[in-house]
Amino acid sequence: MDQAYDDAALARIFRDEYGRVVASLARRFGDLDIAEEAAGEALVVAVEKWAADGIPPNPGGWLTTTAGNKALDRLRRESLRDAKHQAALMITDDTPPEPTGPVEDDRLRLVFTCCHPALPPEARVALTLRLLGGLTVPEIARAFFVAEPAMGQRITRAKAKIKAAHIPFKVPAVADLPARLDAVLAVVYLVFNEGYLAGEGDSPTRVDLSDEAIRLARILRQLLPREPEVAGLLALLLLTDARRASRFAGGELVPLSEQDRAGWDRSLIEEGHALVRECLATNRPGRYQILAAINAVHTDAARAADTDWLQVLALYDQLQRIDPGPVVALNRAVAVAEVDGPDVALAIVDRLPLTTYHAWHATRAELLRRVGRSAEAREEYDAAVAATGNAAEQAYLTRRRRQLV
Amino acid sequence: MTQYLVAVVGEPDYDTLSPEEMEQIMADVGAVVADAQEAGIFVFGGGLHGSEATTVVDARSGTPVVTDGPYAETKEAMGGFSIIDVADLDEALMWAGRFSAACRCPQEVRPFQDDPDADVPTQSEEN
Amino acid sequence: MTQYLMSVHGTEADHDMTTGGGYGSPEAMREAMAETDRYNKRLQAEGYWVFAGGLKGPSTATVVDGQGAQPVVTDGPYLESKEHIGGFWIIEAPDLDTALALAADASKACRGKVEVRPFEG
Repeated sequence: MDQAYDDAALARIFRDEYGRVVASLARRFGDLDIAEEAAGEALVVAVEKWAADGIPPNPGGWLTTTAGNKALDRLRRESLRDAKHQAALMITDDTPPEPTGPVEDDRLRLVFTCCHPALPPEARVALTLRLLGGLTVPEIARAFFVAEPAMGQRITRAKAKIKAAHIPFKVPAVADLPARLDAVLAVVYLVFNEGYLAGEGDSPTRVDLSDEAIRLARILRQLLPREPEVAGLLALLLLTDARRASRFAGGELVPLSEQDRAGWDRSLIEEGHALVRECLATNRPGRYQILAAINAVHTDAARAADTDWLQVLALYDQLQRIDPGPVVALNRAVAVAEVDGPDVALAIVDRLPLTTYHAWHATRAELLRRVGRSAEAREEYDAAVAATGNAAEQAYLTRRRRQLV
Repeated sequence: MTQYLVAVVGEPDYDTLSPEEMEQIMADVGAVVADAQEAGIFVFGGGLHGSEATTVVDARSGTPVVTDGPYAETKEAMGGFSIIDVADLDEALMWAGRFSAACRCPQEVRPFQDDPDADVPTQSEEN
Repeated sequence: MTQYLMSVHGTEADHDMTTGGGYGSPEAMREAMAETDRYNKRLQAEGYWVFAGGLKGPSTATVVDGQGAQPVVTDGPYLESKEHIGGFWIIEAPDLDTALALAADASKACRGKVEVRPFEG
């Protein structure tokens, strides 16, 4: 179907197709720089040609073909200067059709390369957004409040290491897949949280990282439909994002228990619940699936008072067996407070080594308030306000502190 | 194929180990070396004497100047290393992981230059 | 016979081929490489040669800790020092004096200080 040509449509197509084009070329030519450069050239040609002729029926295929020709042109030019490239050209010119493996999409290879554990974590995030997400370096720099040259260098250095150290462009072996997939999911979750926790007050030019993370999670879900942790992560992001509009009111953070549930996005919740049900049926639980299930319980309750806290606690118990860290213990304590009472929860929280973490102070403050230790609660609210940099959370904590008797 | 240096880093503290534990480590490392040889990817391996056995030679002026001790700015010496020849970094990391487990210390993996016979850089860096 | 490691150290910038790295100019680098090549052939001819190789820069390093249940992979290098090993020879020589004489020629050829360390056993 021919689409009407306009700048917004073009921008959307470029962003959607960029990862596919780069991935395909990276596989064919074994070189990210060649792939990116050719993709960039193809976009320039597309802008001119599509303005005149309209957008072709398969813009992604058009871009991939055009970019492939650009890359071949470049290699031919270079081979005239350098005999060594001639040999390379003979190999790359004769590209077999995409090898059939367990997964055939080149983007999957690309995401595993971008999220390779041999790369620094901050570079993994930037590379994934750049190469797979099609975001520009300035967009990524703005999203993470990093200066543009620094972000550019971060990406350049990561690409140089991929090339120099021969980080392969392939889907990991089955035995390595869980650990390597974990690194990929961690990158997507980090992108989401970066957008979600920053909350309001972003400049209008800032790419919405939460939306971007959901888009990446949807791509992964499409590429790895049988990996329950991928479904779990997508469900977790959807069920969290469904509450986005209700999380802030008048510049103040609204906790789950006080949110206007009519403002939740029902279609996202339904999609998330369906994914969680699918995970339960698969019965290979993991961290993201359990977190999604906890969010499913919350989004299942018509009122906060209807929350099935026993179920939430059972899920946290399960999560704690996988991840025995103090942050999970802190979140579990919130459920303990509802099931066994705030005094039991407080005893757990007091033992956790999280004194520099704002959520520890905020949770402890709430529990102290509920057991009637107002003076200590007041101090904890102050500590929580001091420990968080988020203005909306500060506003909420300050109000809670004022409400103390 | 690419050659990688898989080097012992962080100076493992073997002094506190019993002779039996030490023997176990030697046996474990030996088993990984045997597997690597079997796989046809093992190029070289060896443990190095410490800084007390190290000498520096500087003959850049034409006259060799010999000084005792390790190269001044190397803070921590390599305890030993292996050289392997494998397809890509993932394969190198797999072997490095096995060496690390066997010797009870982290390993640093670094690629050798691609073509030891290359006289000039062939990459198209000028673009 | 004892095996010796003869290593050359340098900074990340020394690996930059486009500037001639630590050699000052691309021409000087080419000269040093040619001399090193001749030196390598001599080592092989005289039977000292075991291995020689130049490494890519420290920014290409990756650290693997395989001591736990799952290997932990992190971006390297392990040490944040300014100078790293840039390449080395492994030779087999009857004694340290022979090794030091060979190291002196290596130092002239590659235009760097050469560290000599014996392998164990």
